[in-house]
Amino acid sequence: MAAVQLKPEQEVAMATLTIDGHSVTVPEGTTVLEAAKKVGITIPTLCHHPDLPPQGICRLCVVEVEGSFLLQTACTYPVKDGMKVRTNSPLVRESRRTTVELMLARGDHNCPTCPRNQNCELQTVAESLGIREIPFQVLRHPRPKDMSSASIVRDPEKCILCRRCVAVCQEVQGVGILFPVGRGFATEITTPLDRNLSEVACVNCGQCVLVCPVGAIYEKDDTNRVWEALADPSKVVIVQTAPAVRVSIGEELGLPPGSITTGKLVSALREMGFDKVFDTDFTADLTIIEEGHELLQRMKTGGTLPMLTSCSPGWIKFIEHYYPELLDHVSTCKSPQQMFGALAKTYYAQKAGIDPKDIYSVSVMPCTAKKFECTREEMCGESGPDVDVVLTTRELGRMIRQMGLDFANLPESDYDDPFGISTGAGVIFGATGGVMEAALRTVYEVVTGKTLPSIDFHPVRGLEAIKEADVDLDGVKVKVAVAHGLSNAKVLLEQIKRGESDYHFIEIMCCPGGCIGGGGQPIPTTMETRAKRIRATYEADRSLPLRKSHENPAIKKLYSEFLKEPLGEKSHELLHTTYRRRPLFQQRI
Amino acid sequence: MNSYLRSQKRVVLRNCGQIDPNSIEEYISSGGYRALKRALLEMEPAAVVQTVKDSGLRGRGGAGFPTGLKWEFAAKAEGDPKFVICNADEGEPGTFKDRLILEGDPHCVIEGMVIAAYAVGASKGYLYIRGEYGQSYETITNALKQARSAGFLGNDIAGSGFGFDIVVRSGAGAYVCGEETALMESIEGKRGESRVKPPYPTDKGLWGYPTVINNVETLANIPPIIENGADWFRQIGTPTSPGTKVFTLTGDVMNRGLVEVPMGTTLRTLVFDVGGGIPRGRKFKMAQTGGSSGGCLPASLLDIPLDFDSLREVDSSLGSGALLIVDDSHCIVDVVKSFMHFFEHESCGKCTPCREGTYRLARLVEKIEDEEATLADLDVLSRLCRVMERSCLCGLGQAAPKPVLTTLKYFKEEYLVHLRDQAASKGA
Repeated sequence: MAAVQLKPEQEVAMATLTIDGHSVTVPEGTTVLEAAKKVGITIPTLCHHPDLPPQGICRLCVVEVEGSFLLQTACTYPVKDGMKVRTNSPLVRESRRTTVELMLARGDHNCPTCPRNQNCELQTVAESLGIREIPFQVLRHPRPKDMSSASIVRDPEKCILCRRCVAVCQEVQGVGILFPVGRGFATEITTPLDRNLSEVACVNCGQCVLVCPVGAIYEKDDTNRVWEALADPSKVVIVQTAPAVRVSIGEELGLPPGSITTGKLVSALREMGFDKVFDTDFTADLTIIEEGHELLQRMKTGGTLPMLTSCSPGWIKFIEHYYPELLDHVSTCKSPQQMFGALAKTYYAQKAGIDPKDIYSVSVMPCTAKKFECTREEMCGESGPDVDVVLTTRELGRMIRQMGLDFANLPESDYDDPFGISTGAGVIFGATGGVMEAALRTVYEVVTGKTLPSIDFHPVRGLEAIKEADVDLDGVKVKVAVAHGLSNAKVLLEQIKRGESDYHFIEIMCCPGGCIGGGGQPIPTTMETRAKRIRATYEADRSLPLRKSHENPAIKKLYSEFLKEPLGEKSHELLHTTYRRRPLFQQRI
Repeated sequence: MNSYLRSQKRVVLRNCGQIDPNSIEEYISSGGYRALKRALLEMEPAAVVQTVKDSGLRGRGGAGFPTGLKWEFAAKAEGDPKFVICNADEGEPGTFKDRLILEGDPHCVIEGMVIAAYAVGASKGYLYIRGEYGQSYETITNALKQARSAGFLGNDIAGSGFGFDIVVRSGAGAYVCGEETALMESIEGKRGESRVKPPYPTDKGLWGYPTVINNVETLANIPPIIENGADWFRQIGTPTSPGTKVFTLTGDVMNRGLVEVPMGTTLRTLVFDVGGGIPRGRKFKMAQTGGSSGGCLPASLLDIPLDFDSLREVDSSLGSGALLIVDDSHCIVDVVKSFMHFFEHESCGKCTPCREGTYRLARLVEKIEDEEATLADLDVLSRLCRVMERSCLCGLGQAAPKPVLTTLKYFKEEYLVHLRDQAASKGA
């Protein structure tokens, strides 16, 4: 395991200060914002996000610090011993009010038509400040929405220039395609050369969507396409649900973060009229069989190592844009979503006696990048796209609300056959380290022929940036690493580029925390909620009777009936894919 | 001696126009680099800091922060390397003192920087020059070359064992890059935008390392202070603002240009003695001190001493030493409008109150000038100004409302006559 260098416990100087008359003692250097929380005072913020570096630019969190003429931003201002802070003085209130009025005086802040209506930080702040009119002339921002991307929509008219998207794109994902341009009142957040998202090296991860406090960046809404399909009697509409959705859809519908609602999810989808409700976990198990054998083959035949996982489409687009020279390292396995799509319109169609053209394949994912993935030409079979439409967790939540279903009180029901049987290994795909752990459970037993003494590989679990482990396969040492978030992935890729990587197998998930922290998940998604969803994921794994992919009877049946063998001819045709070099910037002809 | 020269005292501009700025020999023969040798060969760094602290020198870029204290913070800050930056991004409208110093006496700035570097333990310096100052860039580049060959820059300066060198950087035309942290962002190759303080540059400056950033005029004061001592310096000026100040006299005044007077010289002396009074028989109406971001003072304040603290008391500032004189042929609202257009153009767009506020200030003042505004608009204008001066992220936004606030204080009737209701009754 990568050792985290912790400094030896040092004496941290403490500071005692008063905030609105309440005395509080915190380590020196704590921000006023954090210190205020300790005494139960929530200072309003907009540019501040718990997982991003403090910026102090929206100026909403200003407070009065005794002795300072200037108001100070609570999110950045470090406490000092003896400090006296007022968080709700007339000066502070006047300032916050004016700041919010200035924000509301430009752009489109029409709440009922906004994708973030009732879940908007600006709306919440304006409400608490009691703003009823705007003393400045309201100006619209004459910029069209960018609808070019298959995954993400940008609406500059709603942007309040808080730069959280800039920070997450640059700092967390290391992509950096969003940044401020222009100055003064003309400042805006845009892309390289102001191009559409589809023309720049955006990986569609949607982390910007998760951190946006307003409705300026959001998922491409595909709910109407699904409603239409459901209403079409000539279509057999099937749906698959990703591992991470079962631990987050409840949260989207008002349950506490970390609620496991697999059975209710299935019931809700049936209520909506889906003909078959299947589980992506099934093809997650299948991915493990194929990917595990691919790893063993690469190790036996001197193939390119380390092998990199391929289930995360944001990550795939990232390597295609930014490290195309390393594409040989990427496993040729399609993602579970796309394996499912390919089998649904072949194996399943055959088995059920349906013309594949009549199948409408819907996928519910924690992910915005999956929307793009299903449009890739590599992901189309003879009868069109393998997956017709991808919904995010948020969109499914919206549809369930539209249905008027009382989600919390729905009965539990089971997935349909044949893609309804899955194992704990498939479930943990949703968390960072999960694919690795699932692969190790299978690879160990395939190689050694022995049963694992302990099924839990703790070194690859958790939210640490980069995790590593050594596994002994009866004398064969396998060295593995796990990274989540693309900045962390970059560290491992640079190692490979320098020829210094001695890993055999690396799991990379585009989003922090893995899929449970994906760009399609409920808002807010923070490190705190991610941790809760991860806990739920491993709980779901533990509760299942089968926890190793190769023990899944439906998988065994699939091979005996249809695929024959891992990495076989059929597998190559349906379950494996190719990648392409993508430019950093698309030239216009 | 005529009144123009009588009130002046030349410390900073001592060599300007007296020596050939392209000749290090002339600088040396007029006493140049003696202070550097004294500091590096005869004094401990801490003693240099102490001397500057004792002198009471305050930053001449605008804020008036005690220079010695700034050096002491940087000297004590943990971090290696440390940097010294000379802020020559002179962007304040109506100010060109730094330009004259750089083009008239470049070596005294270099000498000041080396002494600062020695005092705080910096190994590298940056001289950040306003992009439009082509001649300054050439003169200073030539002077740096000469100083390097004469052994006043590089390794082992003047045989002291101390090493330091200076790199010149040219700005790209943004006013905000004169703000110290925005300037550092610019040197780092980033968008010119101010950083949130704290941390201050002396703790985390350029590339996150302890950095001293001083204005050209501040640094030009260093060699004479080291050479003549803190007590000598304190004899000039006022107790809390010792030394001289270079002012740029512009606008409706007979003698326009750079003048250097002891701190505390009154506005009246500058306008009527040094400046020679108001031309064309007009009357003095207003003086704006400190550039566009300074306050606007009426005739009743002509006897105010021009120093940091006196001006702060009347809600104005010494700023960079710009002094814009406006006669009674001008409408105050019109004058203020032009300042607001300037800030609207120069706001970097980072923080909300400045980005949105500078735009709104300009629109509101236009509305008033167009006789479209009401008393309610005047209230909104005042409120916006109050918020901006306390809540904006950096000095630009905090100072932008100053001309409005001070003219609302001293020339309110000129706003009132522009209001829609007032104008209507006037018309009737």
